[in-house]
Amino acid sequence: MPLLGADMEAGTLVEWLKHPGDQVRRGDVIAVVDTQKGAIEIEVYEDGVIERTLVEPGEKVPVGTVLAMIRGAGAGAEAASAASVPATDATGRPPVVPSPSAEARPPAEKPAGGPPPSRASGTEAVRRRTTPVARRAAAELHVDMARVTGTGPEGAVTLDDVERAAKDAQPAEVPQAADRSAAMRAAIAAAMARSKREIPHFYLSTTIDLSRALAWLSAQNAERPVTERVLPFVLLVKAVARALVEVPAFNGFWIDGAFRPGEGVHVGCAIALRGGGLVAPALHDVPGKSPTTLMAELRDLVSRARSGSLRSSELADPTITVTNLGDMGVESTFGVIYPPQVAIVGFGRIAERPWVVEGAVAVRPLVTATLSADHRAADGHRGGLLLAAIDRALLTPEAL
Amino acid sequence: MATTAMATRRLTYRDALREALRDALTRDPRVFLMGEDVGRYGGAYAVSKGLLAEFGPARIRDTPLSESAFVGAGIGAALGGARPIVEVMTVNFCLLALDQIVNNAATIRHMSGGQFSVPVVIRMATGAGRQLAAQHAHSLEGWLAHIPGLRIVAPATIEDARGMLWTALEDPDPVLIFEHQTLYNMEGDLAGDAGPVDLDRAAVRRAGAQVSVITYGATVHKALVAADQLATEGVDIEVIDLRTLRPLDMTTIEATVRKTRRVVIVDEGWRSGSLSAEIAARIGETLFFELDAPITRVCTAEVPIPYPKHLEDAAVPQAETIAAAVRAIVAREPA
Repeated sequence: MPLLGADMEAGTLVEWLKHPGDQVRRGDVIAVVDTQKGAIEIEVYEDGVIERTLVEPGEKVPVGTVLAMIRGAGAGAEAASAASVPATDATGRPPVVPSPSAEARPPAEKPAGGPPPSRASGTEAVRRRTTPVARRAAAELHVDMARVTGTGPEGAVTLDDVERAAKDAQPAEVPQAADRSAAMRAAIAAAMARSKREIPHFYLSTTIDLSRALAWLSAQNAERPVTERVLPFVLLVKAVARALVEVPAFNGFWIDGAFRPGEGVHVGCAIALRGGGLVAPALHDVPGKSPTTLMAELRDLVSRARSGSLRSSELADPTITVTNLGDMGVESTFGVIYPPQVAIVGFGRIAERPWVVEGAVAVRPLVTATLSADHRAADGHRGGLLLAAIDRALLTPEAL
Repeated sequence: MATTAMATRRLTYRDALREALRDALTRDPRVFLMGEDVGRYGGAYAVSKGLLAEFGPARIRDTPLSESAFVGAGIGAALGGARPIVEVMTVNFCLLALDQIVNNAATIRHMSGGQFSVPVVIRMATGAGRQLAAQHAHSLEGWLAHIPGLRIVAPATIEDARGMLWTALEDPDPVLIFEHQTLYNMEGDLAGDAGPVDLDRAAVRRAGAQVSVITYGATVHKALVAADQLATEGVDIEVIDLRTLRPLDMTTIEATVRKTRRVVIVDEGWRSGSLSAEIAARIGETLFFELDAPITRVCTAEVPIPYPKHLEDAAVPQAETIAAAVRAIVAREPA
């Protein structure tokens, strides 16, 4: 069960789209999982053949639980079990208890170099210790060992732990819409509270003259059918991504007391949902994509976010978030960082205002760009450089 | 019986042993005591002091320094209908009589098809703690507990020092009584009506919920000291005194393990091939699915017992090492 954001602890398997014996390739959607953010399509990170599925549709399991075993290309069955962390079954069968990765651990606990946390899971095959009586009790009480936190010596799961888990166990049900809205609120509350509790934010803002960018964009759009027109927001996102290549200190994660740069620039775009709440799925590899491509991807992303069918990588991968409340008439927005990211860039309304150009007042389309950044990861000086780089990128829209 | 006769008395373990000897010598004219220096000297640990004057040289017999000879004589006397109590100065010396004990005392009932029994009682001192060095301080009772045909007991309390001898004498088969050297001076209260005790059951010396410390002899008291210390840390341990090392009272052992699910076995013998190994193996065989922690042992370092006090102390189980072993299996990670 991949971690689809810092606020996720568990997910419910809705259905398997691939089955034992099916060939899968990295990136294939193999399952649908229901979370507080709606149904998410789960992509696979390995090439191979599904050997067996370990979680049944309807089961709710914690992040880190192995969902299926995949036999790698050319590998025998033995290699398959060695290459994957086996999940426990409800009977607590002995050698299949996963390492602490079975717990809903914060991404900070993931191995080094694995910023997209979901990609890091499922590779360590360290056996977690469970005492014999704990194992027996788990079988009798129908406790899913993957749910149990070990508190004995060296993290061993003891009888007490199993009995506590049995007491705490809740029926695994697919949440209903009303529940989901409440669950999403709770998840946002947890993530944002954690952010404000742990992240020393600092805030910078600057006003950017968009006249060149918008003039270029109007010219481009004039030649396109209405359905393919590019919104200014896409240029802003692209400019942010371009700036991050120049100032990478804000592209990545704060994990285990250190900054880990993101692999690629994947910009999470905050999308408000109709029922309330929001998600910030990623546009992948933004610097290398044209505004046209990004526009198409953004449209797709927004419609899927609102229909509740995002992909796991879109939720797990963002290396920074961009939020835009300009549509609402807001002049500027200072966002709260989504951990473990280290920055969020906000844009307000693009409005025509007086602006001094070459000693004379002129009317220009302006936008206020803000940066909320994690002071542990970087300082104001670099923040200033980032905003300046965004400004500069928007001066040469043809290069975006 | 008058209530005054019931009054509790304070006495030493040595006194209790002597009282048991006197009681046995008084009750049964077939009973006699023999061994090195048990008569005029009063016993190496002064257990039989005064008995020669009281019962005379026919029943309190000094022997030559030949364990094989006098243990063999005891076995012969038992076969002939007497009820001999043979004192061997220390378990290290009984190695000279192993042939008599293992090949004769333990086997004659079986080899005679049940025609002969050997109701001999052999007492010996065991254990370290008095700076008697390697040839006088080992704990070899675990070896003897390996032998079918013998019953091995280890009184750890004043009550058992007083009560085990008569029951041992009534047993038609050989019984070996192991008295730990450090216990002779231990003082304790004994009920006025104290008498024979059973040789079949282990005793719960302290009830507790979290860990069972299984031991016998002098380390029972070290375990009780550890229990007091651990109680101040919020760890509640049960202390089991085996009392009888052969046959083991598996009923009591199983009950305590089922209760606490964690076991520390403390054995002043060496770890390799020890009685503690036997107990651990049996728990593993029958109670595996009850265990909530690995079976743990605290044993003597695998060296001949050293003479210097600090090394001797370091070699054998102590209250602190017992407490540390307990802590290691109840250590809680933050939930």
